[in-house]
Amino acid sequence: MQIYLPIAEVSVNFLLILGLGGMVGVLSGMFGVGGGFLLTPLLFFIGIPPAVAVATGANQIVASSISAVLAHFKRRAVDLKMGGVLLAGGLVGASLGVALFNFLKKLGQVDLLVSLFYVVFLGVIGGLMMIESIRALRRSKSGVRPKRKKHNWIHGLPLKVRFRTSGLYISVIPPLMVGFLVGVLAAIMGVGGGFIMVPAMIYLLGMPTKVVVGTSLFQIIFVAAFTTMLHAATNYTVDILLAVLLLVGGVIGAQFGAGLGARLKAEQLRVLLAGLVLLVCAKLALELLLEPAEVFSIAGM
Amino acid sequence: MRAVCLALLWLLFALPLGAEEVVLGLSQDQVSISTDFDGSEILIFGAIKRESPIPEGAPLEVVITLAGPLQPLTVWRKERRFGIWVNTQAVEVDAAPSFYAVATSGPWNDVITQVEDLRHHVSIERAIRSVGAPMQVQDSQAFSAAVVRIRENQDKYQMLEGAVEMSESTLFNTSVTMPANLVEGRYPMRIFLTRDGSVVSSFETKIDVRKVGLERWLYELSRGNPLAYGLLSLAIAIGAGWIASTAFRLLRER
Repeated sequence: MQIYLPIAEVSVNFLLILGLGGMVGVLSGMFGVGGGFLLTPLLFFIGIPPAVAVATGANQIVASSISAVLAHFKRRAVDLKMGGVLLAGGLVGASLGVALFNFLKKLGQVDLLVSLFYVVFLGVIGGLMMIESIRALRRSKSGVRPKRKKHNWIHGLPLKVRFRTSGLYISVIPPLMVGFLVGVLAAIMGVGGGFIMVPAMIYLLGMPTKVVVGTSLFQIIFVAAFTTMLHAATNYTVDILLAVLLLVGGVIGAQFGAGLGARLKAEQLRVLLAGLVLLVCAKLALELLLEPAEVFSIAGM
Repeated sequence: MRAVCLALLWLLFALPLGAEEVVLGLSQDQVSISTDFDGSEILIFGAIKRESPIPEGAPLEVVITLAGPLQPLTVWRKERRFGIWVNTQAVEVDAAPSFYAVATSGPWNDVITQVEDLRHHVSIERAIRSVGAPMQVQDSQAFSAAVVRIRENQDKYQMLEGAVEMSESTLFNTSVTMPANLVEGRYPMRIFLTRDGSVVSSFETKIDVRKVGLERWLYELSRGNPLAYGLLSLAIAIGAGWIASTAFRLLRER
């Protein structure tokens, strides 16, 4: 069944969009990523104009993240205090990122830059996470408990605050910095930033994985809502009809994902997320490296 | 009434001897884009009105064009730089129709000469207007050819050679299929009558392509009140997320 989208001005298959939303929703609930890094390229692929795909994707992420975060709230797996600190850094970073994005747009080549950012960040994060989690998986099989409380330079910083839910007593400076950096990247790459946030919380801040997912989702809701409003107000590129179809699939998928994630072990969850991130990275890298079938492309003005 | 009749009669007689004019009928002069819009087929049928017998010589041919609104475009070409494929050169096209179909009653080279094509912008290539490429681009034709190629693959540009059926040099009919990915606007339709490749008469009308119902309302809200539109999309997102999570919790608790 075909349905015409009023803002995108294309006709799409109704079931395809529902399925797409559902799939991204499952991942969102499972890993605490918004799914923007997957959804946006997939929407390009089925012929949605890029500007509409980015803006509408942000709106869909709000829905699936809320659906999932409520499931995590029930399990007390959201560190509100940490989420707030990350968000504060994130909003500042996002504003700076948008300014940087517009500057690069003037120079041209912004598409290339976004692709390169994706390949580099997805590759590095996916690779590191894969190595670490496979190592952790082996360790847990051999039965040796890893030392959880590691003391590194982060613990020497001032302005220490107790984050009860995460069981941490650290300075607010690292989470602010992480939030800020993720905000900048998120604005440039047009995503919520969950796939950067999740590993940063695990490896840089040392938060327990179970809390990380809920907290990341909590933070993503606000960043994605901010992005949606910005796009709707300045570019008129949010397509409500497309968003509704995506989010009907998305919110249901997110519920299943959150349930599925709770049943898996933290290390297994990380291996799966790392695999997914590397897969998207490889696809984007191939696009840059292989000769395209059509070297010309049409862009509106 | 009488005055109108007289005027019409005068018009008829004012037709120069040997002139040929188009009388046109369309299956629809309005295309409504509703939520389940899946493309549209327009039937075009017409007759040629004459005051004198069919002139001797080459047969009369018909060329019909239907065009979407004009839009400016940027066409990019990728090249390999440092091992990766990068957009290197761009040519700006001042005005390209979002949709363009040409239907003819015979082979292209027989129905219209190059000079007439140039004058009336009939062929797909001539319908695209480009002022000029930047200095460093040598082969700007390749860029406009790319626009035609890409859009022909999307059915946005259609060259329908020989698709117009002509009988007795008087009646003609054809159909144009408009794809689902249509842009709103007034679509000018032109009909040229040609003999020996030169245009002897032309006729123009318009097909109105409009979003209707929900499509119209959403589109207008997004342009007229973007803040409300953004808040509405967020409200839907938040509401849907909450409903799904509550519904699933209730299901599990049962």
